Amino acid sequence: MALTLDYSFLAPEVVRTNIVPGLVYSLELTLVAMAVGVVIGTLVALMRLSSIKAFQRFATVYVDALRSIPLLMVILWFYLLIPPGFYAAIAGQFGLDHRAEFSAVITFSIFEAAYYSEIMRAGIQSVSRGQVNAGYAVGMTYAQCMKLIVLPQAFRNMLPVLLTQTIVLFQDTSLVYAIGAYDFLKGFLTVGQIYNRPAEILLPAAAAYFILCFGLSMLVRRLQAKIQIIR
Amino acid sequence: MIDIKNISKWYGSFQVLTDCTTTINKGDVVVVCGPSGSGKSTLIKTVNALEPIQQGDIVVDGTSITDKKTNLPKLRSRVGMVFQHFELFPHLSITDNLTLAQIKVLGRGKDEALKRGLKMLDRVGLSGQKDKFPGQLSGGQQQRVAIARALSMDPIVMLFDEPTSALDPEMVGEVLDVMVGLAHEGMTMMCVTHEMGFAKRVSNKVIFMDAGKIVEDCSSADFFGKPEERSPRAKDFLSKILQH
Repeated sequence: MALTLDYSFLAPEVVRTNIVPGLVYSLELTLVAMAVGVVIGTLVALMRLSSIKAFQRFATVYVDALRSIPLLMVILWFYLLIPPGFYAAIAGQFGLDHRAEFSAVITFSIFEAAYYSEIMRAGIQSVSRGQVNAGYAVGMTYAQCMKLIVLPQAFRNMLPVLLTQTIVLFQDTSLVYAIGAYDFLKGFLTVGQIYNRPAEILLPAAAAYFILCFGLSMLVRRLQAKIQIIR
Repeated sequence: MIDIKNISKWYGSFQVLTDCTTTINKGDVVVVCGPSGSGKSTLIKTVNALEPIQQGDIVVDGTSITDKKTNLPKLRSRVGMVFQHFELFPHLSITDNLTLAQIKVLGRGKDEALKRGLKMLDRVGLSGQKDKFPGQLSGGQQQRVAIARALSMDPIVMLFDEPTSALDPEMVGEVLDVMVGLAHEGMTMMCVTHEMGFAKRVSNKVIFMDAGKIVEDCSSADFFGKPEERSPRAKDFLSKILQH
Protein backbone atom coordinates (compact mmCIF):
# COMPACT_ATOMS: atom_id res chain seq x y z
CA MET A 1 0.00 0.00 0.00
CA ALA A 2 1.57 3.25 -1.10
CA LEU A 3 1.26 6.42 0.94
CA THR A 4 -0.96 9.09 -0.52
CA LEU A 5 0.59 12.32 0.67
CA ASP A 6 -2.56 14.34 0.16
CA TYR A 7 -3.73 15.95 3.36
CA SER A 8 -6.66 17.87 1.97
CA PHE A 9 -8.94 15.80 4.23
CA LEU A 10 -7.36 17.49 7.25
CA ALA A 11 -9.68 20.48 7.12
CA PRO A 12 -9.85 22.99 10.00
CA GLU A 13 -13.30 21.73 10.93
CA VAL A 14 -12.01 18.15 11.12
CA VAL A 15 -9.09 19.24 13.29
CA ARG A 16 -11.36 21.23 15.58
CA THR A 17 -13.87 18.48 16.20
CA ASN A 18 -11.51 15.49 16.39
CA ILE A 19 -8.03 16.58 17.29
CA VAL A 20 -8.41 19.67 19.50
CA PRO A 21 -10.42 17.83 22.20
CA GLY A 22 -7.65 15.24 22.29
CA LEU A 23 -5.02 17.95 22.66
CA VAL A 24 -6.99 19.58 25.43
CA TYR A 25 -7.18 16.28 27.31
CA SER A 26 -3.46 15.56 26.80
CA LEU A 27 -2.58 19.00 28.17
CA GLU A 28 -4.96 18.57 31.10
CA LEU A 29 -3.47 15.18 31.85
CA THR A 30 0.06 16.62 31.68
CA LEU A 31 -0.68 19.64 33.87
CA VAL A 32 -2.61 17.73 36.53
CA ALA A 33 0.00 14.95 36.63
CA MET A 34 2.73 17.58 36.93
CA ALA A 35 1.00 19.52 39.71
CA VAL A 36 0.04 16.45 41.73
CA GLY A 37 3.30 14.68 40.84
CA VAL A 38 5.44 17.57 42.07
CA VAL A 39 3.50 17.81 45.34
CA ILE A 40 3.62 14.07 46.04
CA GLY A 41 7.17 13.91 44.68
CA THR A 42 8.32 16.67 47.06
CA LEU A 43 6.74 14.86 50.01
CA VAL A 44 8.37 11.58 48.95
CA ALA A 45 11.73 13.37 48.57
CA LEU A 46 11.38 14.85 52.07
CA MET A 47 10.56 11.37 53.40
CA ARG A 48 13.56 9.92 51.64
CA LEU A 49 15.81 12.57 53.18
CA SER A 50 14.20 12.41 56.62
CA SER A 51 15.93 10.82 59.58
CA ILE A 52 12.96 8.55 60.27
CA LYS A 53 13.78 5.05 59.00
CA ALA A 54 10.19 4.06 58.15
CA PHE A 55 9.76 7.17 55.96
CA GLN A 56 13.05 6.50 54.19
CA ARG A 57 12.08 2.92 53.46
CA PHE A 58 8.61 3.81 52.19
CA ALA A 59 10.03 6.48 49.87
CA THR A 60 12.75 4.20 48.54
CA VAL A 61 10.29 1.40 47.79
CA TYR A 62 7.86 3.83 46.15
CA VAL A 63 10.48 5.31 43.86
CA ASP A 64 12.32 2.09 43.04
CA ALA A 65 9.15 0.12 42.37
CA LEU A 66 7.58 2.65 40.02
CA ARG A 67 10.82 3.33 38.19
CA SER A 68 11.31 -0.38 37.57
CA ILE A 69 7.92 -1.02 35.97
CA PRO A 70 7.09 0.07 32.41
CA LEU A 71 4.60 2.94 32.39
CA LEU A 72 2.37 1.13 29.92
CA MET A 73 1.91 -1.70 32.39
CA VAL A 74 1.03 0.67 35.22
CA ILE A 75 -1.53 2.36 32.97
CA LEU A 76 -3.13 -1.00 32.16
CA TRP A 77 -3.11 -2.16 35.78
CA PHE A 78 -4.75 0.97 37.10
CA TYR A 79 -7.39 0.79 34.41
CA LEU A 80 -8.13 -2.92 34.70
CA LEU A 81 -7.65 -3.57 38.40
CA ILE A 82 -9.42 -0.65 39.99
CA PRO A 83 -13.18 -1.23 40.08
CA PRO A 84 -15.29 1.30 38.19
CA GLY A 85 -17.10 2.02 41.44
CA PHE A 86 -13.98 3.80 42.67
CA TYR A 87 -14.08 6.31 39.85
CA ALA A 88 -17.83 6.73 40.30
CA ALA A 89 -17.26 7.39 43.99
CA ILE A 90 -14.79 10.24 43.46
CA ALA A 91 -16.08 11.70 40.19
CA GLY A 92 -19.69 10.56 39.90
CA GLN A 93 -21.12 9.94 36.45
CA PHE A 94 -18.12 11.75 34.93
CA GLY A 95 -15.85 9.09 36.39
CA LEU A 96 -17.89 6.31 34.82
CA ASP A 97 -18.28 7.93 31.40
CA HIS A 98 -14.64 8.85 31.18
CA ARG A 99 -13.18 5.99 33.11
CA ALA A 100 -10.11 5.63 30.88
CA GLU A 101 -9.34 9.36 30.94
CA PHE A 102 -9.87 9.53 34.67
CA SER A 103 -7.81 6.45 35.37
CA ALA A 104 -4.93 7.87 33.32
CA VAL A 105 -4.89 11.09 35.37
CA ILE A 106 -4.50 9.13 38.61
CA THR A 107 -1.93 6.77 37.10
CA PHE A 108 0.25 9.53 35.71
CA SER A 109 0.09 11.58 38.91
CA ILE A 110 1.30 8.67 41.00
CA PHE A 111 3.81 7.42 38.44
CA GLU A 112 5.39 10.78 37.66
CA ALA A 113 5.67 11.54 41.39
CA ALA A 114 8.43 8.92 41.50
CA TYR A 115 10.44 10.79 38.88
CA TYR A 116 9.69 14.26 40.27
CA SER A 117 10.70 13.07 43.73
CA GLU A 118 14.18 12.18 42.52
CA ILE A 119 14.49 15.59 40.87
CA MET A 120 13.32 17.31 44.06
CA ARG A 121 15.69 15.20 46.13
CA ALA A 122 18.61 16.40 44.02
CA GLY A 123 17.26 19.95 44.31
CA ILE A 124 16.97 19.79 48.09
CA GLN A 125 20.47 18.35 48.36
CA SER A 126 21.79 21.14 46.14
CA VAL A 127 20.94 23.61 48.92
CA SER A 128 23.92 23.76 51.28
CA ARG A 129 23.84 22.66 54.89
CA GLY A 130 24.88 26.22 55.78
CA GLN A 131 21.57 27.56 54.47
CA VAL A 132 19.67 25.09 56.63
CA ASN A 133 21.77 26.09 59.65
CA ALA A 134 21.12 29.76 58.90
CA GLY A 135 17.38 29.05 58.88
CA TYR A 136 17.58 27.19 62.18
CA ALA A 137 19.83 29.89 63.67
CA VAL A 138 17.17 32.57 63.22
CA GLY A 139 14.71 30.31 65.03
CA MET A 140 12.92 28.54 62.22
CA THR A 141 11.39 25.11 62.72
CA TYR A 142 12.18 22.27 60.31
CA ALA A 143 8.94 22.92 58.43
CA GLN A 144 9.59 26.68 58.15
CA CYS A 145 13.17 26.10 57.09
CA MET A 146 12.04 23.73 54.31
CA LYS A 147 9.17 25.91 53.15
CA LEU A 148 10.89 29.30 53.28
CA ILE A 149 14.56 28.53 52.64
CA VAL A 150 15.25 25.11 51.14
CA LEU A 151 12.32 24.34 48.83
CA PRO A 152 12.21 27.75 47.08
CA GLN A 153 15.89 27.38 46.25
CA ALA A 154 15.50 23.71 45.33
CA PHE A 155 12.63 24.56 42.95
CA ARG A 156 14.61 27.32 41.33
CA ASN A 157 17.67 25.13 40.89
CA MET A 158 15.59 22.30 39.50
CA LEU A 159 12.96 24.15 37.47
CA PRO A 160 14.58 23.44 34.08
CA VAL A 161 14.84 19.73 34.90
CA LEU A 162 11.28 19.66 36.25
CA LEU A 163 9.95 21.24 33.06
CA THR A 164 12.00 18.97 30.83
CA GLN A 165 10.56 16.00 32.69
CA THR A 166 7.12 17.51 32.07
CA ILE A 167 7.78 17.64 28.34
CA VAL A 168 8.71 13.95 28.46
CA LEU A 169 5.52 13.41 30.42
CA PHE A 170 3.52 15.09 27.67
CA GLN A 171 4.97 12.69 25.14
CA ASP A 172 4.31 9.73 27.43
CA THR A 173 0.65 10.63 27.69
CA SER A 174 0.27 9.16 24.20
CA LEU A 175 0.55 5.74 25.89
CA VAL A 176 -3.03 6.09 27.09
CA TYR A 177 -4.11 4.83 23.65
CA ALA A 178 -3.70 1.40 25.29
CA ILE A 179 -6.79 1.96 27.42
CA GLY A 180 -8.68 3.86 24.75
CA ALA A 181 -8.54 7.30 26.37
CA TYR A 182 -9.19 10.10 23.89
CA ASP A 183 -5.91 12.03 23.83
CA PHE A 184 -3.99 14.06 21.24
CA LEU A 185 -2.68 10.99 19.37
CA LYS A 186 -6.06 9.27 19.50
CA GLY A 187 -7.53 12.39 17.90
CA PHE A 188 -5.20 11.98 14.92
CA LEU A 189 -5.78 8.22 14.73
CA THR A 190 -9.54 8.77 14.75
CA VAL A 191 -9.30 11.15 11.81
CA GLY A 192 -7.09 8.60 10.04
CA GLN A 193 -9.76 5.99 10.50
CA ILE A 194 -12.64 8.20 9.38
CA TYR A 195 -10.83 9.14 6.14
CA ASN A 196 -9.15 5.77 5.73
CA ARG A 197 -5.62 7.17 5.97
CA PRO A 198 -4.27 5.34 9.07
CA ALA A 199 -0.62 5.54 7.97
CA GLU A 200 -0.58 9.02 6.48
CA ILE A 201 -2.06 10.60 9.58
CA LEU A 202 1.02 9.62 11.63
CA LEU A 203 3.18 12.19 9.84
CA PRO A 204 1.16 15.28 10.84
CA ALA A 205 0.76 13.74 14.30
CA ALA A 206 4.52 13.46 14.68
CA ALA A 207 4.98 17.00 13.35
CA ALA A 208 2.44 18.33 15.86
CA TYR A 209 4.16 16.59 18.79
CA PHE A 210 7.55 17.82 17.58
CA ILE A 211 6.50 21.43 17.22
CA LEU A 212 4.86 21.47 20.66
CA CYS A 213 7.68 19.73 22.51
CA PHE A 214 10.53 21.49 20.72
CA GLY A 215 8.84 24.84 21.25
CA LEU A 216 8.43 24.11 24.95
CA SER A 217 12.09 23.06 25.23
CA MET A 218 13.10 26.41 23.76
CA LEU A 219 10.90 28.19 26.29
CA VAL A 220 12.48 26.23 29.14
CA ARG A 221 15.91 27.30 27.97
CA ARG A 222 14.85 30.96 28.00
CA LEU A 223 13.23 30.62 31.37
CA GLN A 224 16.35 29.02 32.78
CA ALA A 225 18.40 32.11 32.01
CA LYS A 226 15.74 34.32 33.55
CA ILE A 227 15.13 32.67 36.91
CA GLN A 228 18.68 31.83 37.85
CA ILE A 229 19.54 33.01 41.35
CA ILE A 230 22.20 35.68 41.27
CA ARG A 231 25.33 34.35 42.93
CA MET B 1 24.36 33.99 80.63
CA ILE B 2 25.88 30.94 78.91
CA ASP B 3 27.01 28.03 81.04
CA ILE B 4 28.88 25.32 79.17
CA LYS B 5 29.17 22.36 81.51
CA ASN B 6 31.47 19.43 80.80
CA ILE B 7 30.33 18.90 77.23
CA SER B 8 31.69 16.16 74.98
CA LYS B 9 30.84 15.42 71.39
CA TRP B 10 31.71 12.64 68.97
CA TYR B 11 31.42 12.28 65.21
CA GLY B 12 31.06 8.51 65.09
CA SER B 13 34.02 7.25 67.10
CA PHE B 14 36.02 10.48 66.66
CA GLN B 15 35.83 12.76 69.65
CA VAL B 16 35.69 16.42 68.59
CA LEU B 17 34.99 17.98 71.98
CA THR B 18 36.31 16.65 75.28
CA ASP B 19 34.89 17.81 78.58
CA CYS B 20 34.65 21.53 77.73
CA THR B 21 33.54 23.85 80.51
CA THR B 22 33.28 27.64 80.56
CA THR B 23 30.98 30.46 81.52
CA ILE B 24 30.10 33.58 79.60
CA ASN B 25 28.58 36.44 81.54
CA LYS B 26 26.33 39.22 80.32
CA GLY B 27 28.37 41.82 78.48
CA ASP B 28 31.36 39.55 78.00
CA VAL B 29 33.21 39.61 74.70
CA VAL B 30 34.82 36.19 74.44
CA VAL B 31 37.24 35.21 71.72
CA VAL B 32 37.68 31.53 70.98
CA CYS B 33 40.94 30.77 69.20
CA GLY B 34 43.21 27.86 68.46
CA PRO B 35 44.63 25.90 65.57
CA SER B 36 42.32 24.65 62.85
CA GLY B 37 40.57 21.42 63.69
CA SER B 38 40.71 22.18 67.40
CA GLY B 39 36.90 22.23 67.71
CA LYS B 40 36.32 25.99 67.96
CA SER B 41 33.56 26.11 65.35
CA THR B 42 31.97 22.97 66.72
CA LEU B 43 31.98 24.44 70.22
CA ILE B 44 30.24 27.66 69.16
CA LYS B 45 27.64 25.71 67.19
CA THR B 46 26.76 23.64 70.23
CA VAL B 47 25.70 26.80 72.07
CA ASN B 48 22.56 27.18 69.93
CA ALA B 49 22.31 23.42 69.41
CA LEU B 50 23.09 23.46 65.70
CA GLU B 51 25.51 20.71 66.68
CA PRO B 52 24.07 18.26 69.21
CA ILE B 53 26.19 17.17 72.16
CA GLN B 54 26.35 13.69 73.62
CA GLN B 55 27.51 14.56 77.13
CA GLY B 56 27.23 17.51 79.46
CA ASP B 57 24.85 20.44 79.24
CA ILE B 58 24.67 24.04 78.08
CA VAL B 59 22.40 26.53 79.78
CA VAL B 60 21.61 29.69 77.83
CA ASP B 61 19.88 32.41 79.84
CA GLY B 62 18.43 29.82 82.20
CA THR B 63 17.33 27.39 79.48
CA SER B 64 19.04 24.02 79.10
CA ILE B 65 19.59 23.01 75.48
CA THR B 66 19.60 19.30 76.34
CA ASP B 67 16.25 19.41 78.12
CA LYS B 68 13.73 17.58 75.94
CA LYS B 69 11.09 20.15 76.86
CA THR B 70 13.15 23.06 75.56
CA ASN B 71 11.73 24.74 72.48
CA LEU B 72 14.99 24.95 70.51
CA PRO B 73 13.69 27.17 67.68
CA LYS B 74 12.50 29.67 70.29
CA LEU B 75 15.84 29.58 72.08
CA ARG B 76 17.73 30.02 68.80
CA SER B 77 15.59 33.01 67.85
CA ARG B 78 17.13 34.83 70.84
CA VAL B 79 20.70 33.86 69.96
CA GLY B 80 22.13 35.68 66.95
CA MET B 81 24.58 33.80 64.78
CA VAL B 82 26.93 34.96 62.04
CA PHE B 83 28.55 32.35 59.79
CA GLN B 84 31.87 32.13 58.00
CA HIS B 85 30.14 31.97 54.63
CA PHE B 86 27.49 34.62 55.46
CA GLU B 87 24.56 32.34 54.56
CA LEU B 88 22.24 35.11 53.50
CA PHE B 89 19.22 33.65 51.71
CA PRO B 90 20.20 34.09 48.04
CA HIS B 91 16.64 33.89 46.68
CA LEU B 92 15.46 36.82 48.81
CA SER B 93 16.19 40.54 48.63
CA ILE B 94 18.21 42.16 51.40
CA THR B 95 15.00 43.56 52.88
CA ASP B 96 13.36 40.12 52.89
CA ASN B 97 16.50 38.60 54.41
CA LEU B 98 16.18 41.09 57.26
CA THR B 99 12.43 40.73 57.85
CA LEU B 100 11.62 37.07 57.09
CA ALA B 101 12.45 35.58 60.49
CA GLN B 102 11.09 38.59 62.38
CA ILE B 103 7.72 38.02 60.71
CA LYS B 104 7.63 34.21 60.59
CA VAL B 105 9.43 33.42 63.84
CA LEU B 106 8.81 36.39 66.15
CA GLY B 107 5.38 37.13 64.69
CA ARG B 108 6.11 40.81 64.16
CA GLY B 109 4.00 42.82 61.75
CA LYS B 110 5.42 43.67 58.35
CA ASP B 111 5.87 47.37 59.09
CA GLU B 112 7.50 46.78 62.44
CA ALA B 113 9.85 44.16 60.97
CA LEU B 114 10.77 46.45 58.10
CA LYS B 115 11.43 49.37 60.43
CA ARG B 116 13.62 47.26 62.69
CA GLY B 117 15.43 45.59 59.78
CA LEU B 118 16.21 48.86 58.00
CA LYS B 119 17.41 50.41 61.24
CA MET B 120 19.90 47.56 61.63
CA LEU B 121 20.87 47.83 57.97
CA ASP B 122 21.56 51.52 58.49
CA ARG B 123 23.62 50.63 61.53
CA VAL B 124 25.96 48.48 59.45
CA GLY B 125 26.08 51.30 56.89
CA LEU B 126 24.25 49.62 54.03
CA SER B 127 20.88 51.41 53.79
CA GLY B 128 21.39 51.96 50.09
CA GLN B 129 21.50 48.23 49.36
CA LYS B 130 18.08 47.27 50.71
CA ASP B 131 16.54 46.32 47.38
CA LYS B 132 19.47 44.31 46.08
CA PHE B 133 20.01 40.58 46.28
CA PRO B 134 22.84 39.00 48.31
CA GLY B 135 24.72 37.94 45.17
CA GLN B 136 25.01 41.58 44.13
CA LEU B 137 26.97 42.56 47.24
CA SER B 138 30.63 42.10 48.09
CA GLY B 139 31.64 39.58 50.74
CA GLY B 140 32.17 42.25 53.37
CA GLN B 141 28.79 43.79 52.61
CA GLN B 142 27.09 40.41 52.77
CA GLN B 143 28.61 39.72 56.14
CA ARG B 144 27.46 43.10 57.45
CA VAL B 145 23.94 42.33 56.22
CA ALA B 146 24.20 38.96 57.98
CA ILE B 147 25.06 40.79 61.21
CA ALA B 148 22.12 43.15 60.65
CA ARG B 149 19.85 40.15 60.06
CA ALA B 150 20.91 38.62 63.37
CA LEU B 151 20.54 41.95 65.22
CA SER B 152 17.03 42.48 63.82
CA MET B 153 15.91 39.60 66.03
CA ASP B 154 17.00 41.52 69.16
CA PRO B 155 19.29 38.73 70.38
CA ILE B 156 20.52 38.45 73.96
CA VAL B 157 23.88 37.17 72.73
CA MET B 158 25.70 37.08 69.38
CA LEU B 159 27.75 34.13 68.16
CA PHE B 160 30.35 34.76 65.45
CA ASP B 161 31.80 31.72 63.69
CA GLU B 162 34.95 32.92 61.90
CA PRO B 163 33.13 35.95 60.48
CA THR B 164 36.12 37.31 58.57
CA SER B 165 37.85 34.11 57.41
CA ALA B 166 36.14 33.97 54.02
CA LEU B 167 36.70 37.66 53.25
CA ASP B 168 39.21 39.42 51.06
CA PRO B 169 41.76 41.11 53.35
CA GLU B 170 40.57 44.60 52.52
CA MET B 171 37.02 43.77 53.64
CA VAL B 172 37.96 42.40 57.03
CA GLY B 173 38.11 45.88 58.55
CA GLU B 174 34.55 46.89 57.75
CA VAL B 175 33.18 43.76 59.41
CA LEU B 176 35.44 44.08 62.46
CA ASP B 177 34.38 47.73 62.83
CA VAL B 178 30.76 46.64 63.16
CA MET B 179 31.76 44.00 65.72
CA VAL B 180 33.81 46.48 67.74
CA GLY B 181 30.84 48.84 67.77
CA LEU B 182 28.61 46.08 69.07
CA ALA B 183 31.08 45.17 71.79
CA HIS B 184 31.31 48.78 72.95
CA GLU B 185 27.53 48.89 73.25
CA GLY B 186 27.67 46.04 75.72
CA MET B 187 26.47 43.18 73.52
CA THR B 188 27.40 39.75 74.87
CA MET B 189 29.54 38.15 72.17
CA MET B 190 31.27 34.86 71.55
CA CYS B 191 33.61 35.00 68.56
CA VAL B 192 35.61 32.27 66.93
CA THR B 193 38.28 34.26 65.13
CA HIS B 194 41.91 34.43 64.15
CA GLU B 195 41.87 38.23 64.40
CA MET B 196 44.23 38.63 67.35
CA GLY B 197 44.16 42.41 67.08
CA PHE B 198 40.42 42.30 67.69
CA ALA B 199 40.92 39.83 70.53
CA LYS B 200 43.52 42.05 72.17
CA ARG B 201 41.65 45.32 71.83
CA VAL B 202 38.04 44.32 72.34
CA SER B 203 37.66 41.00 74.13
CA ASN B 204 37.77 40.63 77.89
CA LYS B 205 38.19 36.86 77.82
CA VAL B 206 40.05 34.39 75.65
CA ILE B 207 39.39 30.68 75.28
CA PHE B 208 42.20 28.76 73.63
CA MET B 209 41.37 25.32 72.28
CA ASP B 210 43.47 22.44 71.07
CA ALA B 211 42.42 18.95 70.02
CA GLY B 212 38.86 19.39 71.26
CA LYS B 213 39.83 20.61 74.72
CA ILE B 214 39.72 24.04 76.29
CA VAL B 215 43.39 24.59 77.14
CA GLU B 216 43.21 28.21 78.30
CA ASP B 217 40.26 30.12 79.68
CA CYS B 218 41.46 33.45 81.03
CA SER B 219 41.10 37.21 80.76
CA SER B 220 42.47 38.62 77.54
CA ALA B 221 44.79 40.86 79.54
CA ASP B 222 46.40 37.74 81.01
CA PHE B 223 46.36 35.84 77.72
CA PHE B 224 48.26 38.51 75.85
CA GLY B 225 50.02 40.23 78.74
CA LYS B 226 51.44 37.29 80.67
CA PRO B 227 52.65 34.83 78.05
CA GLU B 228 54.95 33.18 80.58
CA GLU B 229 51.93 31.85 82.49
CA ARG B 230 50.45 30.18 79.41
CA SER B 231 50.50 26.49 78.58
CA PRO B 232 53.21 25.33 76.14
CA ARG B 233 50.60 24.78 73.41
CA ALA B 234 49.22 28.30 73.74
CA LYS B 235 52.73 29.78 73.89
CA ASP B 236 53.57 27.99 70.67
CA PHE B 237 50.39 29.26 69.02
CA LEU B 238 50.95 32.82 70.21
CA SER B 239 54.57 32.85 69.11
CA LYS B 240 53.51 31.79 65.64
CA ILE B 241 50.70 34.28 65.12
CA LEU B 242 52.10 37.30 66.95
CA GLN B 243 55.46 37.30 65.18
CA HIS B 244 54.18 39.10 62.14
